[in-house]
Amino acid sequence: MSGFLDFEYTGQIMPDLLGGLQITVQATVIGYAIALTLGLLIAVVRRVPVFGSLLHFLMEFIRTTPLVIQLVFVFAMAPANFSPFTIGVVVLGIHYAAYTAEVYRSGIEGVAKGQWEASRALSLPTSRTWGAVVLPQAIRKVIPALGNYLIAMFKDTPLLFAIGVVELLAVAQQVGSRDFRYVDTFTVVGLLFLVVSIPSAILIRRLEKRYVAV
Amino acid sequence: MSPSDTPENTTAPGVEGNAADAPLIVFDKVVKRFGDLTVLDHLDFNVEAGERVTLIGPSGSGKTTILRLLMTLEKVTEGHINIGGEPFSHMPRGSGLVPASESYLRQRRKSIGMVFQQFNLFPNMTVRKNIMEAPVHVLGLSKDEASERAAELLDLVGLGDKIDAHPTQLSGGQQQRVAIARALAMRPEILLLDEVTSALDPELVAGVLDVLREVAETTDITMLCVTHEMGFARDVSHRVLMFDKGQIAEEGHPDQIFGDPREDRTKSFLKSVLENGH
Repeated sequence: MSGFLDFEYTGQIMPDLLGGLQITVQATVIGYAIALTLGLLIAVVRRVPVFGSLLHFLMEFIRTTPLVIQLVFVFAMAPANFSPFTIGVVVLGIHYAAYTAEVYRSGIEGVAKGQWEASRALSLPTSRTWGAVVLPQAIRKVIPALGNYLIAMFKDTPLLFAIGVVELLAVAQQVGSRDFRYVDTFTVVGLLFLVVSIPSAILIRRLEKRYVAV
Repeated sequence: MSPSDTPENTTAPGVEGNAADAPLIVFDKVVKRFGDLTVLDHLDFNVEAGERVTLIGPSGSGKTTILRLLMTLEKVTEGHINIGGEPFSHMPRGSGLVPASESYLRQRRKSIGMVFQQFNLFPNMTVRKNIMEAPVHVLGLSKDEASERAAELLDLVGLGDKIDAHPTQLSGGQQQRVAIARALAMRPEILLLDEVTSALDPELVAGVLDVLREVAETTDITMLCVTHEMGFARDVSHRVLMFDKGQIAEEGHPDQIFGDPREDRTKSFLKSVLENGH
């Protein structure tokens, strides 16, 4: 081994690791899409009296139990024809929806009361009050907070390893146990995570500047 | 020919006639409580179609609550409000009346517009979109028609050049004039003005009041106006109602109320308003 990283060796394992990274990124993107849509839906439905409280309780439950346990539990309960990837992505999405729902909620509550009253004074239908008045203002305010969950979620995808999704960590584990060169392998894994999350973080900071100022 | 032969009598008896003769707005023993606080106390009053009524009185006397009840932003605790000869706070069910449902209110309040103290323009839309939103999505106007209506109304309020601006780019006075245009775009029968100049810097008040004078002179919209601008109230209103503790302390022609108030409560209120520089 020469120096800190053996470039020849890392070059050899890179195709495998990049394949794993691809799965990790896919899981993050699809899971995030689920978290964004489902979270929004939950935030709106939570305002319905009784049903909303039940939903709130469920979300509280999801937020206070570990993601990895939820993954293993659902994987064990789910019918065999669902792939680990599908189950992993859905559980990840629902888990994070419990967080994004709170973010959306704070955004919705931050919309001035006068906006609701003006919508009512104009007799706007409920769909327009939400769709054209309240949500555009609420979401704008919470874009930075939602962005932070994208990165948090990306960093949580290795947990899918627990149910057998062959994402970056799983590939690294395989490569490591094959060649017994864990340090090189996991150093590259760490760098690959950085390569994705640093640009994402920069992008989110930019969004933050753009939207919070308004 | 007997009266029953005339075609006019084929409609249900009484309904048409009542709607035409009755006052436009009727408050019938209206009580509004917030918790233990009684804001309106068995209030009775009527407003005729086309009448412009100014509500004055100390803060907490219930003036704004009257507007908010009419805009269905609040519900009556007791009593009834009728508009156009038909129940408004309640709706007919069976042989009696029950508190109005949301869909009933939605239908009934279309003919009522309101301008708020804090303007409440939609900051995420341009001025044009603010005005077009309700005509398109409530009245079903085409976008072209609504856009044309927006342009006409903006000319009326003297802001024709601001049609594509965002509300945040406008002064308070300009925002309030847009809010007036937005309310008028629904062609309301009744316009509610809730302290529309109270949040404005003094130099911007005149511009907004001029627009409202113009609206009062050129339309027959029924107006209910809560204001501390006594000069404006005197100029445009047919009648002034002085409120105190949820009841009408005195009512009359503006010249009488402002020139020769009879009640001590009116006198002391007017004195305090004058002392505060209004």
